[in-house]
Amino acid sequence: MSESIEQTQTQSSRYADASLIRTKFASTIEEIIEAIGEVTLIAKREGLVELMAYLRDEPSLKFNYLSDIGGVDLGEFASPRFAVAYQLYSLEHNHRLRVKVFLEEEDANLPTMWNIWKASNWLEREIYDMFGVNFEGHPDQRRILMPADYEGHPLRKDFPMKGY
Amino acid sequence: MGLETKVGEILPEVITTKLDSLVNWGRKSSIWPATFGLACCAIEMMAMTDARNDIARFGAEVFRATPRQADVMIVAGRVSIKMAPVLRRIYDQMPEPKWVISMGVCASAGGVFNNYAIVQGVDKVVPVDIFVPGCPPRPEGLIWAVMKLQEKIEREKVFTEEKAA
Repeated sequence: MSESIEQTQTQSSRYADASLIRTKFASTIEEIIEAIGEVTLIAKREGLVELMAYLRDEPSLKFNYLSDIGGVDLGEFASPRFAVAYQLYSLEHNHRLRVKVFLEEEDANLPTMWNIWKASNWLEREIYDMFGVNFEGHPDQRRILMPADYEGHPLRKDFPMKGY
Repeated sequence: MGLETKVGEILPEVITTKLDSLVNWGRKSSIWPATFGLACCAIEMMAMTDARNDIARFGAEVFRATPRQADVMIVAGRVSIKMAPVLRRIYDQMPEPKWVISMGVCASAGGVFNNYAIVQGVDKVVPVDIFVPGCPPRPEGLIWAVMKLQEKIEREKVFTEEKAA
C-alpha cells in the first residue's frame, strides 16, 4: 500500500477512494460512479456544503484545491436538466474527485462554495453567466464573460446557435 | 485653360493646382493606422510593416498607440460583443478625417465565429471604408486595401467634408 502511494505521488495523480464517506453522508450522496479510473460522486443539493467542507478538511482526503466547476445542460426536455460538476484536487495527497449535482430547470439553485474555496467565486460566475444557475450566497454574482446587458445564457441548449 | 502654363512661364517657382488635389495628396500619403490588433489578422498586419512588404512605401507604417494621432483604424480580427463599445470609443477618439479598414472575414462578416459572442460584421459598430477578404488576408491584401483607400481619399472634397463613395 505504502509503496503504491509513493509510486503514484511521483507519477500522475489518481482518484480518491470515496466509498469511505458514503455512510457518513448517506443522505447527500446518491451514487458513486467509477469509470476509466475516475471517481464521480453524485450528490444532492441538501447537505452539499457540509460534504464539501468535510472533503476539504478531512486529513485523509484534504481536497484543498478546487480545479474547476463545469456546467452541463442536458437539453430543454431532460429532467433534471442541469448538472454542475466540481473538480476537486488535493495538493497534499495528489488525488482527485469529481462531485456532480443535478438540478431541475425550474429550481436551478445551488449554495455557493465561496466559503470553502475562494476560487469558486469566478467559476460560479461563469456557470451563472453561461447556464443561468443561481448560486445562493455568492458575494458578487454578476456576468463574467458576456456584457452586463446581455440577454440569455448562451451555453443553454435552447439558445440559438447562430444569428447573434 | 492655359493659365497654369502662363503662371509657370512668368513665375517658374510657383505651381498651380486644385486645393482638393493638394490636401488629398497630403492625406493619402500619410495614413497613420491606430494600433488595434484583435486576433491572428494582427500578425499579418504587423507583417505588412516589415522589411519585405514595407508599407512605408505608401506612408502608412507609423502605427500610433493613441487614436488621437491616427487616421485609419484597421480592425484586425474578430470583434466580440464586449469589445464593440471599446472599438467604437477608440473610433470616436480619432480626429477627422478618419477611415476604417475591416481586415479579414471575421471583422467583415463574423467568419467562422457565427456564434453568441462575436459581432457579425464590424460595420454594425463603425462605418467601414474598405473590406479586405481573407482568413487572414496576406500582407499584400492589406496593402491592396491601403492603396484602395488612397484612391478613395483622392476623390474626397476638402470643404464639403464629403466622403467619397
